[in-house]
Amino acid sequence: MNTVARAVTGFRDWVDARFPLTQLWNDHLARYYAPKNFNFWYFFGSLALFVLVIQIVTGIWLTMNYKPAADSAFASVEYIMRDVEWGWWFRYMHSTGASAFFIVVYLHMYRALLYGSYKEPRELLWIIGMFIYLTLMGEAFFGYLLPWGQMSYWGAQVIISLFGALPWIGDDLALLIRGDFVVSDVTLNRFFSFHVIALPLLLCGLVWAHLLALHEVGSNNPDGVEIKERKGADGVPLDGIPFHPYYTVKDIVGVVVFLIIFCAVVFFAPEMGGYFLEHANFVPADPLKTPEHIAPVWYFTPFYAILRAVPNQLGGVIAMGAATLMFFLLPWLDRSAVKSIRYRGWKFKLALALFTVAFLTLGWLGMQPPTPLYTVIARVGSVVYFLFFLAMPYYTANDSDRPVPDRVRWP
Amino acid sequence: MMRAAAALLMLLLQTAALAKGNGHLMHYEADLSNRESLLRGAQLFVNYCLSCHSAAYMRYNRLGRDLEIPEDVLKSNLMFGTDKTGETMTVAMKPQDAEQWFGVGPPDLSVTARARGASWLYTYFLTFYRDPARPTGVNNLIFKDVAMPHVLWELQGWQRPVFGEQKAPDGTVTRAITGLELESPGLLNDAGYRRAVADLVNFLVYLGEPIKLTRHRIGAWVLVYLLGLLIIVYLLKREFWKDVH
Repeated sequence: MNTVARAVTGFRDWVDARFPLTQLWNDHLARYYAPKNFNFWYFFGSLALFVLVIQIVTGIWLTMNYKPAADSAFASVEYIMRDVEWGWWFRYMHSTGASAFFIVVYLHMYRALLYGSYKEPRELLWIIGMFIYLTLMGEAFFGYLLPWGQMSYWGAQVIISLFGALPWIGDDLALLIRGDFVVSDVTLNRFFSFHVIALPLLLCGLVWAHLLALHEVGSNNPDGVEIKERKGADGVPLDGIPFHPYYTVKDIVGVVVFLIIFCAVVFFAPEMGGYFLEHANFVPADPLKTPEHIAPVWYFTPFYAILRAVPNQLGGVIAMGAATLMFFLLPWLDRSAVKSIRYRGWKFKLALALFTVAFLTLGWLGMQPPTPLYTVIARVGSVVYFLFFLAMPYYTANDSDRPVPDRVRWP
Repeated sequence: MMRAAAALLMLLLQTAALAKGNGHLMHYEADLSNRESLLRGAQLFVNYCLSCHSAAYMRYNRLGRDLEIPEDVLKSNLMFGTDKTGETMTVAMKPQDAEQWFGVGPPDLSVTARARGASWLYTYFLTFYRDPARPTGVNNLIFKDVAMPHVLWELQGWQRPVFGEQKAPDGTVTRAITGLELESPGLLNDAGYRRAVADLVNFLVYLGEPIKLTRHRIGAWVLVYLLGLLIIVYLLKREFWKDVH
């Protein structure tokens, strides 16, 4: 061994005697055995982590020039866009990153629905993931106020007033969130605080817990087979391969493909036709002028459509809350012995297809101004949405599931 | 590939724009590659708009740099006050005065094109018409009861409304404006005025996002780099995965 290599191993041993560096590396990468049959849907976990890094890094740079004050916030964003070197790039990376985060996380969650990744023994993993999703919604909501445009302002006004609809505590709760009787400078300041420190800290903690839980139980796979049940003489799962280098090199391909699409948006269509950056948000916030049509950003619209579908305001707020919370119950609503959709019967497949259509339809309706016809469609969609969850114990208990193989197939 | 991706994005953008559709909107696609047009637009902007409207986030020297205008030309042709070239395009009119004179303060135009869109602005400048009921004597087809007078009247001349019968979807017939016709001509003919408006809209779109001129160029190189990287990382992945069976 030459001197340099000896020095490096020597340093590693020195650290290992004081900090579990090699152990962490092995537990989470080099000797973490993942099923060898991951497919397309398994890119989105690592991509979500990648987008989180993008958001944190670009967020740090944006914070250097952004001013969280009602009289200068809008101007400071334009200052970033025009006068700060590469400021426009940080800003578009961050605004596109917000939408990309939700696209990636929705696909990540959909993977869990397809392959039953929320089922035993991964209930806690799923629940931690749902907390990440809720935190992400809060993070996006608080962040959306910061540019202080018309949509920022009135969107926040509408969402906060929803809390005001709760009985007894509603008005006080809305006042507590705003810190004022209307959305104001005070609100902007506290939202900034939540957006740049409170929720990102929580998010990082939850992501860490999510990874710990994942590496404790091991990854699911498109066949829904527990690879830990078939181990070789060396104690390594027969269908498992070390995460590093196999999935690190594979996920890098995923990251580059993601970056190609992501950069195409950042550089060529950062507004994405008004879906990622809403046109009305280029008008500074004006507390005296309510816009004709207030719609949340696309990632909230399925829930917004459910809110509007219910005739009673309090009922709508409860329905909207319930729509997000339903996901928490999935591990216990699903009675099937089979995890993966590959071996499920027609009932679950039909239910998931209907749910998918309902979710996308509600998402589209949430962006449109309400009409009588749309309201009817939104009501049907909401019923389908809730039935997917509430009827699940019945249609999964006696579905025509097929036998699951012992070993994983390709891919 | 890149061209295809860009085309797909444009298609998405267009469907999104159509979804918001407004029957009266004339379609106009801004062209930022035409420097001559942007220069003429800048000239119109400082002559006709900048006396009331500010562009408070835009610096004169940024304009000079982006449109390759020498500093002395910038100072003599596009700046009329005592501003320094590093300053932003503000106006001397006090907001309180403006509100008193027009009923509403003229909005800052820095990012107006991003809020309204090029087609809206194009339509707006073309559809001023005489309306004696308004204090300014004019009205606008796409911005009803607008407080702004027809500032470009000397270029376009005056238009008067043509009334006709309009049938609503439910069958009721009402008398409404079905078109505009030129009453007294201005300095420019119709084609000339349309070109001037196109120049002005191009400039306003540039003003809304000056970096748009460069970000497409940088983006093309970024995508070329990433596509090259994709080949390398894909080959790397394939090499490692050879021994997975």
